[in-house]
Amino acid sequence: MIRLRIIKRKPLPAWAKFVIPVSAILVTLILSAIPILLAGGQLWKSYFYLFYGALGTRFNLLETFVKASPLLLTGLAVAFAFRAKFWNIGAEGQLLAGALAATVLGVHMGGLPRPLVLPLVIMGGGLAGGIWAAIPGILKTKLKVDDVVSTLLLNYVMWHIMGALLFGPLQQPGSSWPRSAAIVEAARYPVLLPRSRFHMGILIAFFAVFLIWFINQKTIFGYRSKAVGLNIRAAHFGGINTTSVIVWTSLVSGGLAGLAGVGELCAIQYRLIMDISPGYGYSGIVIAMLGNLHPVGVLFSALFFSVIIVGAQTMSRMTGVPTYIAEVIQGMALMVMLIFLLFTEYRIRVMKK
Amino acid sequence: MNQLLDIVFLSGLLGATMRMATPIIFATLGEIIAERAGVLNLGIEGTMLMGAMTGFLVTFSSGSLWLGVLAAAAVGMLLGLLMAFLAVHLGLSQHVSGLGITLFATGLAMFIYRLHFGSPTVPPIIQPFTQISLPLLSSIPVIGPGLFRQYSLTYLAWLLIPAISILLYKTHMGLKIRTVGENPVVADTVGVNVLMTRTLCLVAGGALMGIGGAFLTLAHQNMFLIDVIGGRGWVAIAMVIFGNWDPLKGAFGALIFGFLDGLQLRLQGLGIAVSFHIFLMIPYLLTIVALISVSRKASIPAGLLKPYRREEKGG
Repeated sequence: MIRLRIIKRKPLPAWAKFVIPVSAILVTLILSAIPILLAGGQLWKSYFYLFYGALGTRFNLLETFVKASPLLLTGLAVAFAFRAKFWNIGAEGQLLAGALAATVLGVHMGGLPRPLVLPLVIMGGGLAGGIWAAIPGILKTKLKVDDVVSTLLLNYVMWHIMGALLFGPLQQPGSSWPRSAAIVEAARYPVLLPRSRFHMGILIAFFAVFLIWFINQKTIFGYRSKAVGLNIRAAHFGGINTTSVIVWTSLVSGGLAGLAGVGELCAIQYRLIMDISPGYGYSGIVIAMLGNLHPVGVLFSALFFSVIIVGAQTMSRMTGVPTYIAEVIQGMALMVMLIFLLFTEYRIRVMKK
Repeated sequence: MNQLLDIVFLSGLLGATMRMATPIIFATLGEIIAERAGVLNLGIEGTMLMGAMTGFLVTFSSGSLWLGVLAAAAVGMLLGLLMAFLAVHLGLSQHVSGLGITLFATGLAMFIYRLHFGSPTVPPIIQPFTQISLPLLSSIPVIGPGLFRQYSLTYLAWLLIPAISILLYKTHMGLKIRTVGENPVVADTVGVNVLMTRTLCLVAGGALMGIGGAFLTLAHQNMFLIDVIGGRGWVAIAMVIFGNWDPLKGAFGALIFGFLDGLQLRLQGLGIAVSFHIFLMIPYLLTIVALISVSRKASIPAGLLKPYRREEKGG
């Protein structure tokens, strides 16, 4: 009789950290053939338009960057939190908090000197996201409340707060829809390249990659937060104030997600609507996992998923495969990556009896 | 204000409470079974959506509502099996496996719906379940029409509450399930198959989640909309905690949610400008408060979130 046993293995060499996500992506793309074929799409034509639609023309390529910017920020937010084992599933709510604060500031700050407006909006949005994440951070450290569930629930609390405000004080005067008035011109991200939507927020997102890399690798805080993530008890006995590390981690993580909300508001929608995010916060979890929680990994996996999301539009137009293929691929990618990660820690040995 | 105390209003509110609580009761019971065996199934939201979509699709094609319910249960079981493969047999993180299933199932549900129906301007509809009046009981004044003129799935949900309570607390199988959830090592030592028990609980729980989703498209509404679940799966996760992993208390939590949901619908109907968002926020806030008190008690199944690998226990 043959039995399979799962056995712990020694740490993998450095190249594996690169090879594993790449092979996970390849396997996911191969598995995507199943829904594509089910939808009656011709396989090679579908794959071609998936990538051509995202990278083939100047406009589409720039759109891929536009899409990548919120994904990058929520991916970084989740990765930064997960690294310290703060299980932040709440990037979606923090994104909304950021967009909400940016709306309040952006609608009412027309009177201020123009150069002050945008920085204040950005800071306000980031701060709101950070505070919204710090609540479960404090609940976790002070009251031992499970962070997965609390961050998840706070997403819905924030969604309902937004709804209550958009049907109430924030509603655009004269409108019966749940949407705010438009933010003032000075609160909008400038478009950097003509004939596109390539905006300043994209640069902010790329800068955030560098910033998180820098914090992780070059600062004492990054070292401490890693120590807390590896073994919180050991970190505590080693003299690290673990409460402070987790709360600060949650603040930074939520701040990044809040900036994603600012970007969607100030560069794409210009007014707050209920579906300002199609689930960027949840995609951030997939992106963080696929990126191995490393900022550079997050950069590549965010770009990969924005290729899928943008490309799925063209693929759908050309082959009739529904655009929701992008969501299916995201879900599959997360599961494939999880299974691959298992092999980084364990290997399967075939045993004969 | 007189209108608020109107008998018709109260009776209608009672009926709406029961109706809106039904999908949450199914989902909460399904989640309780899984968590009692030691697995947190965050795939619940996606499983419900797949149930809602599959139930609608099968009923639309076959004309049979009960066939739709069965199909929803079957899809729920399959997703439960997938969760078991990832989180039980491979021992992957329960959090991330569950979220992966929710993301995957959500995408898949929308994908299949779009594939089958395209994007019509008017969504396709089915002839939904009708409410059944129980003889005698439904003629009790005030509460009768509210409580006893309901969908058969609502009655089923109410029957399941004591049934699952008895299963968990009074039967040998329930003892096995709870032992696996509390202390898998002990369960294994006395000869209970930990992995199989967890798998079966996830499959059974998945079936209930699927049916809970199908209630929304086959009874509460007669169409499938992409946001039909709207976080009800997460509400169920919340109700499990709020109810201390107990079917009766969990169902009570589901009723509170049903009441708030029913109340906001009724108040909107009366043209009273209370933002329903404020009402719908309450269950989440209550749960966070409940989470604070739960963390101080030890009612959470001790084996929850811990994958079980025999080899690592030196066996």
